[in-house]
Amino acid sequence: MLGRTLREVSVALKQGQITPTELCQRCLSLIKKTKFLNAYITVSEEVALKQAEESEKRYKKGHSLGDLDGIPIAVKDNFSTSGIETTCASNMLKGYVPPYNATVVQKLLDQGALLMGKTNLDEFAMGSGSTDGIFGPVKNPWSYSKQYREKRKQNSHSENEDSNWLITGGSSGGSAAAVSAFTCFAALGSDTGGSTRNPAAHCGVVGLKPSYGLVSRHGLIPLVNSMDVPGILTRCVDDAATVLGVLAGHDPKDSTTIQDPVKPFTLPSLTDVSKLYIGIPKEYLTPELSSEVQSLWSKAANLFESEGAKVTEVSLPHTSYSIVCYHVLCTSEVASNMARFDGLEYGHRCDSDVSTEAMYAATRREGFNDVVRGRILSGNFFLLKENYENYFVKAQKVRRLIANDFVNVFNSGVDVLLTPTTLSEAVPYTEFIKEDNRTRSAQDIFTQAVNMAGLPAVSVPMALSSQGLPIGLQFIGRAFCDQQLLTVAKWFEKQVQFPVIQLQELMDDCSSVFENEKLASVSLK
Amino acid sequence: MAAPMLRWCCPGRRFAFARVGCGSCQRRGPPTGSTSNGKRGQSSVAQQPHITAQKPRKGEPEWAAVVGLEIHAQIASNSKLFSGSQVCFAAPPNSLVSFFDASLPGTLPVLNRRCVEAAVMTGLALDCHINRKSLFDRKHYFYADLPAGYQITQQRLPIAVNGSLAYSVYVGRKPSQMVTRTVRVKQIQLEQDSGKSLHDGLRSQTLIDLNRAGIGLLELVLEPDMSCGEEAATAVRELQLILQALGTSQANMAEGQLRVDANISVHRPGEPLGIRTEVKNLNSARFLAKAIDYEIQRQINELENGGEILNETRSFDFKLGCTVPMRDKEGKQDYRFMPEPNLPPLLLYDSGSLPSGADPQQVINIDQLRERLPELPRVTRQRLVQQYGMLPEHSCVLLNEVGLLEFFQNVVKETRAEPKKVTSWVLNTFLGFLKQQNLAVSESPVTPSALAELLDLLDRKAISAPAAKQVFEELWRNEGKTPAQIVAEKKLELLQDPEALEQLCRSTLEAHPDVVMDLKRGNPRAINKLIGLVRKATLGRADPTAIKEVLERQLSS
Repeated sequence: MLGRTLREVSVALKQGQITPTELCQRCLSLIKKTKFLNAYITVSEEVALKQAEESEKRYKKGHSLGDLDGIPIAVKDNFSTSGIETTCASNMLKGYVPPYNATVVQKLLDQGALLMGKTNLDEFAMGSGSTDGIFGPVKNPWSYSKQYREKRKQNSHSENEDSNWLITGGSSGGSAAAVSAFTCFAALGSDTGGSTRNPAAHCGVVGLKPSYGLVSRHGLIPLVNSMDVPGILTRCVDDAATVLGVLAGHDPKDSTTIQDPVKPFTLPSLTDVSKLYIGIPKEYLTPELSSEVQSLWSKAANLFESEGAKVTEVSLPHTSYSIVCYHVLCTSEVASNMARFDGLEYGHRCDSDVSTEAMYAATRREGFNDVVRGRILSGNFFLLKENYENYFVKAQKVRRLIANDFVNVFNSGVDVLLTPTTLSEAVPYTEFIKEDNRTRSAQDIFTQAVNMAGLPAVSVPMALSSQGLPIGLQFIGRAFCDQQLLTVAKWFEKQVQFPVIQLQELMDDCSSVFENEKLASVSLK
Repeated sequence: MAAPMLRWCCPGRRFAFARVGCGSCQRRGPPTGSTSNGKRGQSSVAQQPHITAQKPRKGEPEWAAVVGLEIHAQIASNSKLFSGSQVCFAAPPNSLVSFFDASLPGTLPVLNRRCVEAAVMTGLALDCHINRKSLFDRKHYFYADLPAGYQITQQRLPIAVNGSLAYSVYVGRKPSQMVTRTVRVKQIQLEQDSGKSLHDGLRSQTLIDLNRAGIGLLELVLEPDMSCGEEAATAVRELQLILQALGTSQANMAEGQLRVDANISVHRPGEPLGIRTEVKNLNSARFLAKAIDYEIQRQINELENGGEILNETRSFDFKLGCTVPMRDKEGKQDYRFMPEPNLPPLLLYDSGSLPSGADPQQVINIDQLRERLPELPRVTRQRLVQQYGMLPEHSCVLLNEVGLLEFFQNVVKETRAEPKKVTSWVLNTFLGFLKQQNLAVSESPVTPSALAELLDLLDRKAISAPAAKQVFEELWRNEGKTPAQIVAEKKLELLQDPEALEQLCRSTLEAHPDVVMDLKRGNPRAINKLIGLVRKATLGRADPTAIKEVLERQLSS
C-alpha cells in the first residue's frame, strides 16, 4: 500500500481497502524504521493520528474532502506549522513554534491531508546536499536500495558499506527522502535555485517547481523572496499535478501571487507529441556534465524526436553568468531576510546581557552556521552604498538578461525545454563534503536560471545510472503554463518507466539499523 | 557679538537675534506670494508670526540661514501599513501587534489601500506629481524597536514628488503685511513606523512596545526654502491644517502623529551653502521654531568664532532650550537599501489609464480621489475673505484654532447679524475669553446658538453693545440662561420709547449748562461727555448713536 502513488492510495481510501488511520500508522512505523535516513526533524505523530481519525470519520460518513483526504504528507521544516516546531535546521529557530500555518500547509490540511512531520534540510535551505543543517545530513534511501547495492557488489568495492551512503541533494533532501522511502505520498519542498528538483533527481522522485506567483509563499521562511517557490515532491507527475491543483491560486497574504483564478490541474494523457516543440539549450552541455547524464539527455531528446516532436538546439546565451548573478542576489536578500533574527521576539537568544548590540552579536554568532553567516557577510557587502551599483544592480540586470533568454526561446515557438537536472547522480557524503558549500552551488547550474526567470520546471526520474542510482531530467515550461509542462512530463514519465526503488532487501539487510523490526507491514509495489 | 541686526517681534515674546536674515535674505525657492494689505485686527492675529527686518550694518555681510524639513505624519487609518493590526493611540503595550508586525519568519507585507489613498490625496493637496508607478525599498538598521531589522520605505521611487506648500507670514514694519511664501515639497513617501523603546536605566534594560511598529507614515521632504524657525513652524502649521482637512492624518504633534526633523545650515549670501546639521524629534511647533533659531544662532556663533560646523544629528533639549549632539548617532549609517521583493510595484491609474474590467477594489483611480478632495485651508480662507468680507489675517485665525471655524460658521448660520460683526465677536470677545482661561473651542461654555441669539438682540438694537458684553459675560458663567432671559433679568434692553429719551436728553442738557457751553465754544469732545451722561441716566439702556442724534437735534433747535 505504501508503495502506491497518491492517486492510487486515494482510490484505496475511497474504496475502503484501507482506513486513514491504518495508512497513517503504517507510515509512522516506516518513519521510525527509516529514522537513520534523518529525513524528518520532527515527527508529528499525535497530530497525524488525530487528523487521521477526523479523516476516517469523514470517509465513514461519505464526506471525503477530496483526493488528499487521509493522505500522509510531509513538509519541509522551513514552512511555518501552527503548534509544531519549525527550525529551518538552525540553532536560531530551535524550539520556535509558529503560531500560524503557512498558506500551503493550511491548504493541504483543509483538504484533509495528514501531516506526518517536518523534514530535514540545509540550514535555512542554504545548500544543495541537505548536509548543512544542525540535525545532521539526510541519507539517500537509494544508498540502501537493492539496485545500488547489487551494482556495488559487482564493482566489488571493499569500502565500508555503511560509511558510503549517498547524499540526497538539497536543500529539500528530507522531503525527497521521505517520499522516496515511502514514508509519505507527497512532500512540500522549497525551491530557490533548484532545492526541490535537485534532491528529486537524486532520490528518483518527481520534483516540481511551479511558476513564481502561482503558489503562495506566506509562511515559507524565506531564502530569496524573489526566487523562492514552494516545491512539490511526489512519486509521479499526476500526483504533483494533484497537489499543485490544491496549492495554486491567489493568496491575499502574498501580494506576489497572481490574481487570476486557477483551474484545477488535471493532466490529459498525451498520445501524440508531434505538435510539440522541444528545445535543447546548447549552453547546458557543460564539461562538468557526467557522460551518463549526457547520454540519457540525448536519449530523451531522441525519444521525443522519434515520436514526431520537433526537437532543436536553442541558445540561452547568458547561462554562464547565472551562478555568480544568483550568488549576489541570493546573499543580498539573505543578509536582509536574516536581519530579523536578533533574539528579541523569538528564536535563540544568547545569555549575554551586556548591551543590546552585544546580545545581537552573540545571538547571531551562536544561532547561524558558517554558511549562513558567510552569506550574510557577502550580502551586506554587496548592499553597501559604494557597492550597490557594481554588484546588486548589475546582478539584477544580468538576471533580466537571463530571463529574457527564456522569453526569446519561448517566443521562437519552443513549448518546453529539456535539460539535465543535475551534473551527475548522487555522490557519497564523504565525497560531497570535500568541497565547501559555495563551490558545491555549481551543482545548481541547470536549475538556478529557472528561478531567476520565475518559470515552472519539473524534474522527472528517467533511468538508473550504471551504479544503480536515479538520474532525472528537467523540463522547463513557459511562465504559468505549468499544466502544459506537466502534461509533457507525464508523457515522458510513461515512456521511460523509471524503476521503483527496491528497499525490501535493504530493510532485511539493515534490520539491525532498523531496530530489528520486521517490515511485514510494508508492502512494496 | 555684534549688535542685533534683525528683530522679530512676536506678541507675547520677543527675540533679539543677531544678523539672521529672514524677511530679507536670499531665497532659493521661487519668490512667490501676494501681499495683502489691510487693517489688522486688535487681538485676532496674536498667533501670527511677525517679522521686522532692519538693514544690515554696512561692511558686514549678514548671514543667511537655510532650513529644510523632514516631516513624518502618521496616517489616519484603522489598520497598519502592511498588516491588519488596529491603530490606536495609548493602547496597552504590545496589544496591537500582528505576526507581521513582530516580524515572525514567513510573514509578508500586504499594502493597505487606505494608506495609499491618504498618500495620493496628500500629494494632490500639495500639488505634487503623483507617480503612476512607485516602489518599495528596505532600509536596514539594527534597533530593538525595529523587529525586521529593516524599515519598508520608498527610497528610489516615491509615490509623489515635486509639490509645493504655501504658507503666510507677517513681515515688515506694518503689522498688516502678510506674505505668502512657498516651500517646495521634494517628495512624499509611504513608510512604516517603528516601535517604541523605553529605556529603564535603573534595571539597565530596554522595554519594547510594538504597537506603533508598522503604522503607516507619510514622509514629506520639504526643500530648504525656509530661513528661520518661525517660517518653518508656520509651514508645518499649514501642513497640519491641510492633513487635518484631508483627514489623512490627525497630525497631533503632542501625540507623535506629526514629527519633524529639521536640516539647518548658515552661509554668507552669494556663497555656497554651509554644512548642515539635523535636529531631530521636534514634537511641537514652538520647540521647532525655538530649536531652529537656536541652532542657526549656534552655527553663526561657531563660525564667527572660527569654529566649524559638523555634519551631525542633534536633538533639542526643551528644558535647556538648546540643541545637543545625539550620542547614539555618531557613526555614519549605511542603510544598505534594497528593493522590497515581497511587494510588486505600486501602480496607480487615472480615468484615462484605468484598465477595463479592473476590479475597483484592486485599483486606485487618482482622478476619483481628486474629486473627493475637501476644501483646502487656503481656499477656505479665500472663501471667508470673499464671502464675509473679513481680513485675510482673520481668516487665518479662524482656521488656526481647532473648531473655531465651525463655531463661527454656526453662529453666522443662526444669526441675522452681519458676518463682520460675527467675526469681530468671535475673534475678539469669544477667542479672548477662551485664551484667558486656556480653553479649547470645544470646551467653551457659550454655544454658537447662544452667541447667535445675543448678536440678534444687538442687531435689532434691543440692547446696546456694552450691554451685549455684559450678557456675554453672564453667558460665560454658564448658568443655563438664554441671552433673552439675561437681558430681561438685568433689565438691559434698550430704551425703546423715543419720548422718554427726548425727555432724558433735555433734562441732561438743562442740568449741565457748563458742558453745553463748552461744546458751543467749539470743543467737539464735549458731546461725548453729554452722551455719557445720558447713558448713565438710562442705566446703559440707550444706544449712544441714538442719544447723539437726539442731543444734536435738541442743541441745534
